[in-house]
Amino acid sequence: MEYMLFLGEANPREPIAPTDPAFGAYMADWQAYNQKLIDGGHWIGGAQLQPIATATTIKRVAGEDTIVDGPFAETKEQLGGYYLIEAKDLDEALELAAAMPFTDAVIEVRPIQYRPQP
Amino acid sequence: MLDLREAATRLAREESGHVLALLAHRFGDLDLADECVQDALVAAAAWTTVPANPAGWLYTVAYNRAIDRLRRAAAERRRLQAASYLLALPTEEEPDMVVEHSDVGDEHLRLVLLCCHPALDRDAQVALTLRLVGGLTTAEIAAAYLVPEPTLAQRIVRAKRKIRDAGIPLSIPASLDERVDTVLAVLYLIYNEGYLSRSSQGARVDLVDEAIRLTSAVASLVPGNAEALGLLALELYGRARTSSRFAGGELVLLEHQDRTMWDAAGIEQANRALSAALALEVPGAFQLQAWIASHHANARTAAETDWSAIASAYGQLLALTPSPVVALNRAVAVAMADGAPAGLALLDGITGLDEYHLYWAARGELLARSGDPDAAAPAFRRARALATNPAEQRHLDRRIAAVSP
Repeated sequence: MEYMLFLGEANPREPIAPTDPAFGAYMADWQAYNQKLIDGGHWIGGAQLQPIATATTIKRVAGEDTIVDGPFAETKEQLGGYYLIEAKDLDEALELAAAMPFTDAVIEVRPIQYRPQP
Repeated sequence: MLDLREAATRLAREESGHVLALLAHRFGDLDLADECVQDALVAAAAWTTVPANPAGWLYTVAYNRAIDRLRRAAAERRRLQAASYLLALPTEEEPDMVVEHSDVGDEHLRLVLLCCHPALDRDAQVALTLRLVGGLTTAEIAAAYLVPEPTLAQRIVRAKRKIRDAGIPLSIPASLDERVDTVLAVLYLIYNEGYLSRSSQGARVDLVDEAIRLTSAVASLVPGNAEALGLLALELYGRARTSSRFAGGELVLLEHQDRTMWDAAGIEQANRALSAALALEVPGAFQLQAWIASHHANARTAAETDWSAIASAYGQLLALTPSPVVALNRAVAVAMADGAPAGLALLDGITGLDEYHLYWAARGELLARSGDPDAAAPAFRRARALATNPAEQRHLDRRIAAVSP
């Protein structure tokens, strides 16, 4: 089955500058995680998003579009990125999601209903 | 006639969970298995004689029904495939009909774990466990929980849909102990619902009996799990004392209960379960609660109760599961062991129970016992205002009258 993992961050993330000594370790953790997904045949796609301040939303009501600044839902957690993975069942998807090197996060796991293949 | 119906009910309760677990694993389809077991149980309701091996009968009838359904579905698929150039449907493989012999216990455990999967909400876990593992009908569960049958049916349909669409597996996870903890929490909830509603018995299914049956089954599925045995013991102690808890619709406090009404064989059974749990030497909250219950159940008179041991067990429980309700129980036990003032001192340190009637009832009781009826009366009145159970309300009315001049 295929699952989408929505990564919600409880606090707006403080970007770590590449000059910061912690940057190397941070990147290494995520690279190791990504490699684990690739090696296990779970990787389909994934991305980290720009902070929520860059979001623009189109609201369409009865065919009429309004463009507004901000995300489509104001929630405590902000959508910070996503993974699209292949897992044999929900338990495996949850296990992979839980392995992400976050200290604080909310991760929503949803099965894909339909995805067009190229 | 009645014997036949009883035999069919017993079949549903005692065997349908096993059969469902086996079929769900064989066909990899919980819905199919459930529907076929239900069909077979409907057929059992029309028995004119009880088969020699009812469980085997149920398995065979449900299995054949599943094969029938799969054949029909396959024929349907072939018809669609014949027209697939029109529909552009992907072709599918025939379901694998190879049946391998597997361990029934294992399949049963998978089913229990599935019903109590943390991805399902608590209400759904309870409903699925009673329905699929316990073999209760939707109508029986709805009646036991006093919810409309369509509401409960909807809850089960939604849970089964999530299991299918989100891919919740029938498997035994690596973190088995953690998942068993969820199962035990669900069973305890079922037990408690039954325990609290036992005064108002009618034609309702007895959830206490159901919880004990299910806990006993789970305890034998995970033999090394001390908490499963601890919960079983706790439930057995509760049931053994149940007949003395109410008199004429009024709650009877433990110390005034007629101990000759307690079920000695039931207490013996609970003692055995608790010994087996403690022998595993893995402490846990259910075992501590059962240990406390054992002190009450095994004291021949209220005066003989070893309150120091109970107070110390509550202290351990509080360390393991910090909660103001446990702290309240500990304060009461300490009051019984060392006198009301010692208990009151502990009560003063508890926060967060202002809206809990038992906190105020305990406070009133301890104030009355330390010779301060003037302070006890308002505490009892506060408890009376917060209490919702009629038996408890009547009891508090009497306490208010007793301490009022």
